[in-house]
Amino acid sequence: MTNDVLIFAEQRSDQLNPVVLQCVTPARELAGKTGGQVVAVVIGSGIEATTQAVAGHVDRVLTISDARLEHYTATHYRTALRQAVEKIDPRFLLMPASFMGRDVSPRVAVACGAGLATDVVELTLGDDNALSARRPIYNGKAFGRVTFAADRLAIASIRGNAYATAEPGGAGATESLAFAPADGDDALRCSEVAKTGGEVLDVTEADIIVSGGRSLKSEENFQILYALAEKLGAAVGASRAACDAGYQPHSRQVGLTGKTVTPKLYIACGISGAIQHLAGMRGSKVIVAINTDPEAPMCKVADYVINDDLFNVVPALTEAC
Amino acid sequence: MKILVLVKQVPDSTTNIKILPDASDIDRGGVKMVVNPFDEFAIELAVQLREKRSDVETITALTVGPATAADALRTALAVGCDDAIHLQDDSFADLDELQIAGLIAAVVRDRGYDLILRGKQEIDLDSGQVGPALGEYLGLPHVGALVQVEIADDAGSLQARRRIEGADEVLDVRLPAVLTIEKGLVEMRYPSLPNLMKAKKKPVEVLSAGDVAGLAEATSAAGGTKMSELSPPPERPPGKVLSGDVAETVPKLLRLLREEAKVL
Ligand SMILES: Cc1cc2nc3c(=O)[nH]c(=O)nc-3n(C[C@H](O)[C@H](O)[C@H](O)COP(=O)(O)OP(=O)(O)OC[C@H]3O[C@@H](n4cnc5c(N)ncnc54)[C@H](O)[C@@H]3O)c2cc1C
Ligand SMILES: Nc1ncnc2c1ncn2[C@@H]1O[C@H](COP(=O)(O)O)[C@@H](O)[C@H]1O
Repeated sequence: MTNDVLIFAEQRSDQLNPVVLQCVTPARELAGKTGGQVVAVVIGSGIEATTQAVAGHVDRVLTISDARLEHYTATHYRTALRQAVEKIDPRFLLMPASFMGRDVSPRVAVACGAGLATDVVELTLGDDNALSARRPIYNGKAFGRVTFAADRLAIASIRGNAYATAEPGGAGATESLAFAPADGDDALRCSEVAKTGGEVLDVTEADIIVSGGRSLKSEENFQILYALAEKLGAAVGASRAACDAGYQPHSRQVGLTGKTVTPKLYIACGISGAIQHLAGMRGSKVIVAINTDPEAPMCKVADYVINDDLFNVVPALTEAC
Repeated sequence: MKILVLVKQVPDSTTNIKILPDASDIDRGGVKMVVNPFDEFAIELAVQLREKRSDVETITALTVGPATAADALRTALAVGCDDAIHLQDDSFADLDELQIAGLIAAVVRDRGYDLILRGKQEIDLDSGQVGPALGEYLGLPHVGALVQVEIADDAGSLQARRRIEGADEVLDVRLPAVLTIEKGLVEMRYPSLPNLMKAKKKPVEVLSAGDVAGLAEATSAAGGTKMSELSPPPERPPGKVLSGDVAETVPKLLRLLREEAKVL
């Protein structure tokens, strides 16, 4: 085993997942302590832009480019990642705690005989040289420390916005590896990918989320949130009450039974902040509550609170920014 | 078609989490335990498949957990599972998620399940590792975040649809396979009292460490992490309440977001 840190440079349609450059920050810390290199692996088909975007931040880049890797599948990507691990023999493997990262990492861990911690907010290499990771548990109601076994590859998926984006730096020499699919990989094939909703961002991809609750009262009224979101380059989210009432599709639901998000800014408009909603968004960096009720739990967790009618505040905000 | 549904008992989502003084675990005293809500969707999907198709032979619920986890199995049996497997041993409490997957794989490998369903993620450890890892141990495909699934008439394959990170994907999956069910697909029916009574008569196979062939290999191949130092989430500093009418609050908010929080 080398002391290198391997990063899975996740991309879709040759667009680098921004959390990858956040993973570079702890990767450099680890490599600095162990004297290893930071190596990125880019997997896909037509991955030039991603390779370039990541090369300026790491010591080496490995590319595995093959038509069969055009769309993500857990089996093919596991095989490609295993190839990268075999080639680099790293001590650590980091990747975004995105859907893809969370989906593929357990398979890679089993395939490589590694330990795994998901959705990590902080990595620590102790004086005893043992790696540990802090991560939220019980829907963010607590945090725990996961300590890895010493003699194994340690894999961690890193929560978005837990670390700052790394500044450029590193030689970025690129080499390629030929993809060698394994038996059984084709039991899973992706036959079609359609971008959903055109320009509308998904809550899991957005740096800013404007989210609405039951109090929006109708699907049409959500338009005022979309108008604000457009100004801010934000995604629109919703509470379960709003989704159950049909104001928004369930794909926009934030919370325990919806999506977990950690944007830089979460603007909760008329959302009470029930514990199951908080479960999905309390990891946001900055929270704004717009709520007529000063006692609403959302007003207790928010950094900035406006106790006023959202139907006045939101249009005024849209106007002003 | 033989279906296996993984079921885990977790603290109710409204529970206040108290941490033990030595920070090794949460205080489980008085905590209401329920079936992981995500697993409920998996159970319901299995039961609906039986109602729709003529080829579903058995639906088995499986849990790894202490004696009290039997309640979770009984709920599963009451809404339509036929039998259950309860993997119960004090030593299992020390296994991490990858090792749990290894253990489950060792037990189910030769039992010929065509479809293994599970919930998106536990709501206790939130790790989402067990399903994909189980797929890997068994050499089977797994598909996560499913919102729609269409199983071929010959039960040899299925087509799955999912919506992730802004893309709509259609996947063709060969069976047997492990599927992870997302909210929005189906809601579990309510276990009625008579059905809860009937569930008591359905067979539950209880297996301890000694009953699992190849346990040591299965749980040493990967994983081996330890959880410790539990702490409450970092305190958020008290928020700023902006007063005045919108002509005041809105510019104030924008200034704070730009200059203080630096998020705009
Ligand atoms: C197992 C389980 C899982 C769940 N999962 C989720 C989940 O994933 N996500 C989720 O969101 N919920 C979830 N819930 C539901 C959750 O408990 C709440 O019921 C839900 O979040 C409430 O939605 P809400 O805040 O929109 O509505 P409400 O609780 O009705 O709150 C409306 C808020 O709007 C404010 N308001 C009203 N009018 C205005 C106005 N004009 N201007 C400003 N403010 C106004 C009110 O003061 C109030 O605070 C779950 C529940 C259970 C039991
Ligand atoms: N101890 C367990 N017993 C049975 N099923 C489990 C167990 N742990 C995890 N699972 C299954 O895997 C799902 C996700 O758990 P995890 O992958 O650990 O987040 C759970 O909701 C269950 O369906």
